[in-house]
Order: sequence, then structure tokens, then C-alpha cells
Amino acid sequence: MKAVCWQGVNELTVEDVPEPRIQNEQDAIVKVGLTTTCGSDLHLLGGYVPAMRAGDVIGHEFLGEIVEVGPRVRNHQVGDRVVVCSFIGCGRCWYCEHDQWSLCDNSNTNSGIAQAMWGYETGAVYGYSHAMGGFKGSHAEYVRVPFADYGAFKVPGGVDDKSAVFASDAAPTGWMGADLGGVSPGDVVAVWGAGGVGQMAARAAGLLGAEQVIVIDRIPERLAQARTYAGAETIDYSATDVGAELRERTGGRGPDVCIEAVGLEAHGSAAHFGYDQVKQQLRLQTDRPTAVREAIMACRKGGSVFVLGVFGGVVDKFPLGALMNKGLTLRGAQQHGHRYIPMLLDRIASGELDTKHLVTHELPLDEAPRAYQMFKNKEDGCVRAVFRP
Amino acid sequence: MKRRLMRTGTALAAGAATAGAAAAGLIAGIARRKAMTSGVARPAPNRWLSVTIACPPERLSEPGGLPEPITRLERDAEVRIQAAPGGRGTELGLRLREDVYERQPIGITARLSGADPRQRLRSALREAKSLIETGEVIQPDSPPTTRSTLTGKALELATKRAGGEGRL
Repeated sequence: MKAVCWQGVNELTVEDVPEPRIQNEQDAIVKVGLTTTCGSDLHLLGGYVPAMRAGDVIGHEFLGEIVEVGPRVRNHQVGDRVVVCSFIGCGRCWYCEHDQWSLCDNSNTNSGIAQAMWGYETGAVYGYSHAMGGFKGSHAEYVRVPFADYGAFKVPGGVDDKSAVFASDAAPTGWMGADLGGVSPGDVVAVWGAGGVGQMAARAAGLLGAEQVIVIDRIPERLAQARTYAGAETIDYSATDVGAELRERTGGRGPDVCIEAVGLEAHGSAAHFGYDQVKQQLRLQTDRPTAVREAIMACRKGGSVFVLGVFGGVVDKFPLGALMNKGLTLRGAQQHGHRYIPMLLDRIASGELDTKHLVTHELPLDEAPRAYQMFKNKEDGCVRAVFRP
Repeated sequence: MKRRLMRTGTALAAGAATAGAAAAGLIAGIARRKAMTSGVARPAPNRWLSVTIACPPERLSEPGGLPEPITRLERDAEVRIQAAPGGRGTELGLRLREDVYERQPIGITARLSGADPRQRLRSALREAKSLIETGEVIQPDSPPTTRSTLTGKALELATKRAGGEGRL
């Protein structure tokens, strides 16, 4: 079958690879219907995520049709149209039972690698390095779905593929940032990053009762989407002082909740970006925390900062003093999608949550390398490129 | 919160079963001192390696309650079962028997070659936990990749060892 393979830094190819097969009794095989680029894939492409191997199939946000089930799959059958959570959860360890699905104890087959990096392992993710399980990704014609009863969710009949696919990752990740960030009715919420996840976080904040939502980015078409589909105010950080702008718009207090949806390749003002870029390229830090720093500094006293963007290692000039002295709550997580996906599909079906607009480009799998270049360089208004294998 | 030791292997047996974690710590201390005075410098102390399993302790302590990955190691390792605090399930621990600990290669070279016996303990604990909680042990996608490179080989070695490594 055809699949998009990571071959090295900034090198993707479309290859013929073996089709997946049932390897565990709780597996299903899904024929991929739609699979989307995600900003976190760019960290793989840029070589910032360790434990990638030439030939690895990437892609983690997808939906499709079940074409085969293992003998212990109870809730699904061949022909089901499902959206699959990007994280793999067993459903029965302490973490899954407590709705912290991305921390699953039993899905990561390479737990020793992740423990060496982070102290404890996360659950596994499709197509996102051998530190996170080494499972093949969804930019392929077929994908193996372990623990299918827990990770695959039937898509309601009235919901089209382009809307439903984002229930796999962008929508639950964004929702989690607002939910676990503690957004309450009346809050002012600032979101760094107007990509798919940032837009979903902004919309979630509004649906959870935030009175004012402000999205920060530099890409005009993404900021326009945030205004149109999330009802947010926007700030173009390339044209103004973000901290001063936020103080002016919040009566001098600062946002109650700050959600960072940018990740380890953040851009920023020339001085900050240059400093972080040099440190990163010299491997004096692995990640660029520009947006996290700004969120911590901008947040009101006693407020909450939630880190949704993907980070892998260590950063420099982390404002620990501001965090401590301002009494902030700092939290982060990979997405616990299983706890949100059914609710999100309902909201998408009812029209309460728009997701389809994120698809700006639809391409065949063969054109994935070109699509990723376009996505990475934000060319042609690309917010998300999707593939129909 | 005082926890209850449910079952140990024969070497630890009754004494530790009543004295709980304190006795286990004492025995570990003795083992360490003995190793230090035996003339063979051991690069790592003989610690209990443990996982916490989402099940009641009785599930493991009843006859036949331990899964095969654990029972196959009983000649080489002591087994400890105790309730986790706060209803978090059951702590299942393995520790090399003293003679195995002193006889077998331990350290970085042994870990790289896959000869360190603690790797078998870690793998067994992870497999046992998954079997009890989910009924099976998830297998990595196979084949792992379609392209062979030098760095890929190094990563393949790391993934082969990963189940027996880590901070468990």
C-alpha cells in the first residue's frame, strides 16, 4: 500500500509499504478515508523529535472505515465509519480510568525510551516516533488501530469527513486546553497560535463561557478564521506589543487563562526569535519556548497557563520567577481525546462547533511531500492540508 | 498510610510479610552491604522494581493469581505484592535473589548487550501489568520500518531493549 514516510530532516517520500495486519486480539484495521497534516508533524519534519527512523509512516489525525476486527473487539464491526483518537489508550489502566488517556500505561511498546527522556512514558501515538510507541501513522491506505473499542468512535451519519476528522486531535486537544486550563464563565482567555488547535481552543473557551477570547498569531488568514469561526478578537504579534495590547484590552489585569498552542518551533519578535533560534540550532536548548514565556508574563496574577503545543526536551530562560511570584498555575498535556470525542462529535453534528473550514487544501497522498512544504511555509493560505489515500 | 504486604517469594517469606516495607528496606540494605563486602563492586543496588496494577491485591495473591511472566522468574527473583495507597490498585514488585544479583552481569555493558537480569524483571513486570489490566500485551507494528540505515539500526537496538529498560 501507499504511505507517506519520514526519511530524514525535511525529507518525506511516498513509498510502497506492507499493509498492516491484526497483531493483537483487540486490534482493528481501518481503511483511511481522510487524514490531515498537523502542526506537530512539522517538528518531526524539522528533526526536533528524537527516535524517528527512516521509513517511519507519519500522520496521526484521521478517520476511515473499519475493514477488519480482532476477535476481542466488541463495540465495532466491519463497515463502521470511525474517527480515531491520535493517542492510543488501553481503557483499563489507572490513567485511562481517570480520563488521562494520553498517559496510558499499556500502549507504549517502547516505554524505556520515553522514561529515559521524561521520567515516565506517555501513551502511544500514531506516527510520532519510537519514543511514543513506534506505531505506523495514518498517511497511508490502511492503519492498525490497537485497543479499537476504546480509541475508535463512530461518526454520526450527518457529519461529513472534513468536519469529523478534526475530532481525532485538533478539536479534543483545543477543548482540553480550555477545560483543564480552568476556563470559567466570564473569563478572559488568550490563545497563542491560530492554527487548528489554537482555533479549537478559542472556540472551546467561548463555549465554556469565556466572555472575551483573544487569539494571537501573525498569519492573516488564520487570524481571520479565528474571528469568523471562534468569535475571537485577534492580535497580530508581528505588528504590536502583545503584552501591552493584552493589558489594554483587559483593564490592566491580563488574561485569566492563557493557552499556548504553538509548540517547540515558535516564532516571535525578532530579538526573542533570534535568540531562541540560535540556542536551538546550537543544541543549547531543544525547544523554542517563545510563546510559553510570553503567556506566563502576560497572564494575570493568580491565573492559569496551559501548554498545548508539543515540546520535547529542555528550554532556556524559562520565567520561573514570574510563575512563582505571580501565583500562576501551569499545566500541560498531550490530548486526553477519548474523554471529549463523543461530546465533540455531537457538537459538530449540531453545528455548534465548526471544524471544516480548517481544510484549505485537499490532495492525493502522492502529493504529501509538496503539501507539507506548503503547510510548513504557510503558502497559499494553507491552514490544514488533508489527504484521501 | 500503612500498607499491607500480601505475598512474597520464599526468600523474603514470613518475616517481611509481617514487617512490611521496613523489613524489605532492611533486607535490601543487607544485600547491598554484602555485595559491597564480597569483593565484587556492583554498579547498581539490588532494588525492588515495581509496577502498580489497577486491580485489588487479592487478585494477585490468590493461588494462580500471578501471570506467567512473573511465575517464570520466581527462581531468580523475589516477588512482593502490596496494596497501593489511596485505592490505586496493587504494587507488584520483583527483586533479584541475592545469589543471582551477585553472579549475573550488571551495568552498562550488560544492559547494552541485553544480559543484565534486571531487564528481564522490567519486561516481566510490564507484561504482567498489561495482561492483568487488558488481557494481552500490545505488540509493536511489524515490520518496524522498510528502510535500513545506520542510525535506524541503533534505534532498533534501543527499541529492542526498551521493554527491559527505563526507570522502573
